[in-house]
Amino acid sequence: MDDLVAAVLQGSVKAMARLITLVENEDARALQIMGAIYPHTGNAYVLGITGSPGTGKSTLTDKITSILREREQTVGVIAVDPSSPFTGGALLGDRIRMQRSSGDAEVFIRSMATRGTLGGLARTTNDVVKIMDAFGKNWVIVETVGVGQDEVEIAKTADTTIVVLAPGLGDTIQSMKAGVMEIADLYVVNKADRSGADELVNEVTFRVEQDAHIRKAVWKPPVVKTIALENQGTNSLMEAIEEHRSFLRQSGKLRKNRREKTRQETLALLREEISRNVLERVLGNGRFDALIDDIVAHKKDPYTSVQEIVRTIFPEE
Amino acid sequence: MTAKKRVKIIMAKPGLDGHDRGAKLLARVFAEAGMEVVYTGLRQTPEMIVDAALQEDADVVGLSSLSGVHNYFFPRVVQLLKEKGLDDVLVVGGGIIPEEDVAELKKAGVAAIFGPGTRTDDIIKFIEDNVSRS
Amino acid sequence: MFDKEQLKSIKAKKEEWDCGPVEKVCAKFPERRSVFTTISGEEVDRLYTPADVADLDYENKLGFPGEYPFTRGVQPTMYRGRLWTMRQYAGFGTARETNARYRYLLKQGQTGLSVAFDLPTQSGYDSDHPLSMGEVGKVGVAIDSIDDMRVLFDQIPLDKVTTSMTINAPATVLLAMYLALAEAQDVPYDKVGGTVQNDILKEIICRGQYIYPPLPSMRLTVDLIKYCYEYVPRWNTISISGYHIREAGSTAAQEMAFTIANGISYVQACMDAGMEIDSFGPRLSFFYNAFTNVLEEVAKFRAGRRYWAKIMKERFGAKNPRSMMMRYHVQTGGVTLTAQQPLNNVVRVALQTLATAYGGAQSLHTNSFDEALCLPTEEAVTVALRTQQIVAEESGAADSIDPLAGSYYVEAMTDRIEEEIDEYIKKIDAMGGTLKAIEEGYIQREIQDSAYRFQKEIEANERIYVGINKYTMEEPPLKNLLKVDPKQQEIETEKLKKFRAARDQEVWKSALDRLDEVSRTDENVMPAVIEAVKAKATVGEVCDVWRNIWGEYRPKEFV
Ligand code: B12
Ligand SMILES: Nc1nc2c(ncn2[C@@H]2O[C@H](COP(=O)(O)OP(=O)(O)O)[C@@H](O)[C@H]2O)c(=O)[nH]1
Ligand SMILES: [Mg+2]
Repeated sequence: MDDLVAAVLQGSVKAMARLITLVENEDARALQIMGAIYPHTGNAYVLGITGSPGTGKSTLTDKITSILREREQTVGVIAVDPSSPFTGGALLGDRIRMQRSSGDAEVFIRSMATRGTLGGLARTTNDVVKIMDAFGKNWVIVETVGVGQDEVEIAKTADTTIVVLAPGLGDTIQSMKAGVMEIADLYVVNKADRSGADELVNEVTFRVEQDAHIRKAVWKPPVVKTIALENQGTNSLMEAIEEHRSFLRQSGKLRKNRREKTRQETLALLREEISRNVLERVLGNGRFDALIDDIVAHKKDPYTSVQEIVRTIFPEE
Repeated sequence: MTAKKRVKIIMAKPGLDGHDRGAKLLARVFAEAGMEVVYTGLRQTPEMIVDAALQEDADVVGLSSLSGVHNYFFPRVVQLLKEKGLDDVLVVGGGIIPEEDVAELKKAGVAAIFGPGTRTDDIIKFIEDNVSRS
Repeated sequence: MFDKEQLKSIKAKKEEWDCGPVEKVCAKFPERRSVFTTISGEEVDRLYTPADVADLDYENKLGFPGEYPFTRGVQPTMYRGRLWTMRQYAGFGTARETNARYRYLLKQGQTGLSVAFDLPTQSGYDSDHPLSMGEVGKVGVAIDSIDDMRVLFDQIPLDKVTTSMTINAPATVLLAMYLALAEAQDVPYDKVGGTVQNDILKEIICRGQYIYPPLPSMRLTVDLIKYCYEYVPRWNTISISGYHIREAGSTAAQEMAFTIANGISYVQACMDAGMEIDSFGPRLSFFYNAFTNVLEEVAKFRAGRRYWAKIMKERFGAKNPRSMMMRYHVQTGGVTLTAQQPLNNVVRVALQTLATAYGGAQSLHTNSFDEALCLPTEEAVTVALRTQQIVAEESGAADSIDPLAGSYYVEAMTDRIEEEIDEYIKKIDAMGGTLKAIEEGYIQREIQDSAYRFQKEIEANERIYVGINKYTMEEPPLKNLLKVDPKQQEIETEKLKKFRAARDQEVWKSALDRLDEVSRTDENVMPAVIEAVKAKATVGEVCDVWRNIWGEYRPKEFV
């Protein structure tokens, strides 16, 4: 496994692909792997792309990738699709939209199934971002599932989050949940070749102005109009991304946001670790079932019991 | 294998062949059988297919060809997989492939060939029984 | 057709029959299935009576052959005048080999030609293009240049035979070559007859041979239609195709509905380009499938004819009855044929041929029994052609027009399919037309869902397929399959090299420049394409001119 990490750091694509699988499968070695990966992370710029299905996320990802490639930036792409809750299987359909980028050795595209996780990303997407980062990708683009508009997980991963909208998909600003407004660093109105695009731009711009005013935000998300299919507006989009990036850097927000993300991540890990540890001990000795019997028989109550358990594991000083 | 492990399969259409009824059907059926399926779409070169297999870390590459180009494309895909160190990927194929070509394709490294009229559960069973990676 | 009293009595008696004798028998001997359906999933009743066709208004809904709404056929005498054109789709290897097949078929009594091009030609790549590797001449004939075209029709006079060409994205180029060849044979354009498929929408939906984005593709389609209207009056400028939709998995009703929807888009595009409906309307043609369920197919054809006539007349305001006629070619259902016990396919094809004849087609390709194994061998294609000839000459199916009309079953099914067509057309209209419906994947998904359902039914033994899930047996593989020489690519590449070296570079260059120029304007591209192929531009070179201007297209594919 150390070999695998070393190979990733030395630029082996195959090693990266396999390491991602181990992490994705929540292999027992995953924590250790990520521990070895972590020191090499922090260099990639992470772009999140979210929005309803069919708005053009994959197509835009493809175009942005091309632009980045022209600038000699290396790119990792993670495209997340839903797993079936019934069979666990998944049809991973984004790659097919990214034909222009595939075949380029400096572009690494990985499809991921959500495997039961809600919120637009797979449970391990964040770790996969780190692996691509450690591998040396200058940019990592994450395309979310795009089923619901409550996909706010992406903002916890991305430095810049793009919300993609398109006319004619019932995508109106009214239909957007408040959460989406909070995560968007910039908006794209794609499919500007369709009628209703200008109206949508106006509508979004209006809401953004309003929102920025209320929140007294320092960053007002720009609204970019694109026709991804014809590669129109994509350069402006790239400029807007760069602008946001400079803003983050110059204002010190990049560091601040990343610190906050690190804090959240570490907390989450801690929570997981604690619960795993505690549960192992509690469930390991068979006394838990006896306790349940007592609770069912109303000899004990669950509230006090739980407190007692935790106190025995972590005795108060 | 961990609990989360799922068979990941690339369903690919090499060459200019536009016959995708079978490939799309299988993509859907494989997903229903619990696999994670990446369908490449039409007009794939061997390089594109192997690239996808490499990056996706696929366990299986499925090649569907109904335009008589299997002898040209299938061995190239297998060869390229080998060059990339992906020897452990199971390669299966199907479509319109004359009986007399099958032996040669197997020698080239295609594990099995399935023709018209095959039950999809037979294909799934073959894959599940033969996928080697853990 | 029946008066109210009569109908009432029939209904009552039917109910008595259902509750009486039928129920009694069913109690003892249950029927084979609880629900009977056609291969398309249409439910089929135990018995049809006049009550099922109570609304049948003979004069308005059926009328007479050759008259609106053409339900009973597009010509007054149909096959009593002339049998349908027997046109076997053929092409493999070199132009020389394919020419030999054509001449063989004509000698066997075939009455029209149908060209199958190889995939590089259909995708606008020359035989020496890297993406043509392994594909040249494999599943069709490789045509790169006017020289190949000349060989393809060697000793075949273009004023004596009509030729159908399955060519879509590069349809203008192959038609240009055909016309240039006619000129070389001293056949005037107005004596040249035939068809180009020229149907890009279904390529995007389900056939996969597209090159350019939809809008410039549609422009080429319209340019061709317009040019032929002016200069090649006997040419069928488009063959709006349901065949492939059905093969990709659709039901009979979907086949007809999506084809008509595409037809509506083409008509609209021509009208948007300033053409009069009755100028191009009469030259539109169609292409359908025929599966083995004879009655369902017949109903489909009749429903389609009636619906199209109405669309042309009422929606588009056509005045010329010829614009309202749905004239069509049929190919029997390839996907119904099995690799298992291949000789059984002869029977399937015979039934499909019967459906085609009863349905009133203008021309027919019958598939060969080796369909699921290889391109047709000479032996297999001969049997296929003979099948048509037997149905035409021996069965009597060609002797009376629309003989199944008035069958309670067929009329009820015709009405039902027409209703389904109407529902789809309304839905697609509401989505903003076929291009939108395709972009959103609606049409593709409908087709794929049907294909999926069919497969599940077979695998669950809910539907019986002889040799697949019942009556199976061990058998040795079929011998003597048709094989194409794998050296094909080298042969063609060599030929191309010489061809390119021998042409007048200046004439060639300026013809392509001219094409480039014209293509960037609204001017019709056809004359410039004809000049280019005469100046020895290849299919790939012409297509590259447009690739440079319009780029290549990758439609969204849906699973
Ligand atoms: C349907 C069909 C079409 C449709 C395709 C629609 C679509 N979107 O798929 C249409 C009408 C468009 C079409 C067009 C052509 N066709 Co066609 N078509 C067929 C047909 C009748 C059935 C194929 C099919 O879909 N079967 C149903 C599906 C479910 O089965 P399947 O694909 O075979 O898949 C099963 C197995 O093969 C296997 N399998 C398949 N792929 C894979 C992959 C893996 C990994 C695995 C494990 C298994 C597997 O599992 C599946 C389940 O059982 C066959 C003949 C036949 N009866 O098989 C000819 C056939 C394939 N076509 C043929 C030809 C020549 C063409 C054309 C090239 C003709 C031309 N010159 O223009 C065109 C061009 C198409 C193009 N763009 O490439 C030839 C090919 C000859 C050859 N290989 O030597 C055939 C054999 C007919 C013939 N005898 O001439 N065709
Ligand atoms: N008309 C139009 N279609 C587009 C545009 N961008 C993407 N599409 C099409 O919209 C569909 C959905 O695109 P995709 O990138 O897969 O969307 P995603 O689901 O958000 O990833 C595809 O058919 C694209 O070709 C655009 O700018 N204009
Ligand atoms: Mg997507």
